[in-house]
Amino acid sequence: MVSGVNGARLEVRGVSHAFALEKRSLPVLQDIDLVAEPGEFVALLGPSGCGKSTLLRLVAGLEPPTEGQLLVDGVPITGTHPSRTIMFQDPTLFPWRTVRGNAQLGPEARGTLAADSKRIDEALRLVGLAGFAEAYPHQLSGGMAQRASLARSLVNQPRILMLDEPLGKLDSLTRLAMQRELVALWERERFTALLVTHDVEEALLLADRVLVLSDRPARIRADIRVETPRPRRRDDAGLVALREEILALLGLAEAA
Amino acid sequence: MSATTLGAGLLAPARPAALWPTGWAAGLAWIGAAAAISLLPDADDLGRTQELAALAAGFGGVILLAAIGASLPGLAPRLARLRQAGPWLILLALALLAWELATAKYEVLPRPFFAAPQSILEVFTDDYARLGESVWRSLLLVGPGYALGALVGFLFGVAMGWSRLVGYWAHPVVRLIGPLPATAWLPIAFFAFTSSRGASTFLIALASFFPVTVLTWSGVSAVSKAYYDVARTMGASPWFLVRKVAVPAAMPSVFVGLFMGLGASFSVLVVAEMMGVKAGLGWYMQWAQGWAAYANMYAALLVMAAMCSGAVTLLFRLRDRLLSWQKGLVRW
Ligand SMILES: Nc1ncnc2c1ncn2[C@@H]1O[C@H](COP(=O)(O)OP(=O)(O)OP(=O)(O)O)[C@@H](O)[C@H]1O
Ligand SMILES: [Mg+2]
Repeated sequence: MVSGVNGARLEVRGVSHAFALEKRSLPVLQDIDLVAEPGEFVALLGPSGCGKSTLLRLVAGLEPPTEGQLLVDGVPITGTHPSRTIMFQDPTLFPWRTVRGNAQLGPEARGTLAADSKRIDEALRLVGLAGFAEAYPHQLSGGMAQRASLARSLVNQPRILMLDEPLGKLDSLTRLAMQRELVALWERERFTALLVTHDVEEALLLADRVLVLSDRPARIRADIRVETPRPRRRDDAGLVALREEILALLGLAEAA
Repeated sequence: MSATTLGAGLLAPARPAALWPTGWAAGLAWIGAAAAISLLPDADDLGRTQELAALAAGFGGVILLAAIGASLPGLAPRLARLRQAGPWLILLALALLAWELATAKYEVLPRPFFAAPQSILEVFTDDYARLGESVWRSLLLVGPGYALGALVGFLFGVAMGWSRLVGYWAHPVVRLIGPLPATAWLPIAFFAFTSSRGASTFLIALASFFPVTVLTWSGVSAVSKAYYDVARTMGASPWFLVRKVAVPAAMPSVFVGLFMGLGASFSVLVVAEMMGVKAGLGWYMQWAQGWAAYANMYAALLVMAAMCSGAVTLLFRLRDRLLSWQKGLVRW
């Protein structure tokens, strides 16, 4: 693998976003300013429905923001690009394709199937689905579907990888193993990572920075740097203190 | 895979190598029916009575052999499906017997309209060449017409579902013309086309075109936006989105359209053959009716049923193959 940083610099400048409902408009994001340095691992925490997935959709280029600008390495985002892949909150596997067929979607779409075939096998092995490569999505459990979806986004060698609650449906043991794999992968490929999670501990174990969002419309309430060197232990004193701080922030957010 | 084996396991008898009483009863019922056909005198002068009896007896014999085989551990699994048909085999023997008694033996039913079983058998043994030729001509007519209509309908439906512009212009036309039965075009078609073959092909194509178009269209329109989002973030081109997302996702709906189109095509086929084309099963029936050869008519009807059912079976096989990823497919 390539050493050094592959990730791109992401800038979110004064972004606000609203959805047009029947009669009114629903503001979802408000004045989001954020810079993720190349290769940085940023976690997003916030109450349900506050707009985390929406922010990822804007970065992916699936929708333009109502206000503000998003830039990758100084270039405005105008649409989707395979260097910015997203693992959606729902696995959204294609039911007519096997697990392997789903994982190879990106290379197939870009015509790099032959060159990437080893990478596809590797991604399936990484998420522990090598033995299920020929299974169809309806034969998978919820957690397996989520891992297949993770493999599908990993094969694309993204420069910005967005993960929307990637480990939400996994049991705690698999979850721990997958967290370790994610960090190892990130250390190897040094993409810029945006991780949405509900799990404060997970955010602290994985990320360089934790952004705490407010209730809808989401604003950035806190930007917390996690300096603890990796590999991290969940009972590390610094992490425990940060955890208390973030929980307090989220508790306030719920009360507001 | 595992789902189907599980399903088969549920339907198969618990102990496959056990005695099969229904099979014995069915075999004996067929042999009993054969004896009645052979031994009771016909009320009128009919041919092929003994041949029918021999056929029924032979069939009964085969069932009895199967009943023996069902008790052998080696053969039992292969006969599992036949075992399911046991009650039907008995019913069919009884139905044949009742039909034979009501027509050939006691003439309870008025004879020329209700042909005796042996008379229909006689049609198959004596007129098989013309029947076979008719089947062949029907298939030659319906096959290309259906394929053409289905192909154009599929392409049209995809275009309508994919492109707003095509949808805008095509929707009102399809809405107005589509529900019109294809047979309503019959006079115009026979006038517009110089050959009756061309006219019939056009009508059959029209009949399959409409359902395939509508169901492909609705299938493509109903594809979840999330699938497109996934593919787009991975660098898919619009052409990739059509071919690898929209079309496969719409396939279950397309097959419903193909199935409905097949039925519509057959109905147009028969009408076209009765009205203008001087060949095929529809024409054979028309001809038989003209000569009051009712046995021939029933025989042709039976052949037609087998042909249509066979075509649908083929279509469903194809669907099971292509859509094996779907769970809970309806079995045909
Ligand atoms: N396409 C849409 N049209 C209208 N409203 C939408 C749309 N997508 C999201 N919303 C609304 O925007 C808000 C934020 O949604 P979003 O999915 O970003 O939340 P989230 O922070 O990811 O929540 P969760 O943690 O539960 O996944 C919600 O109130 C939702 O109803
Ligand atoms: Mg979300």
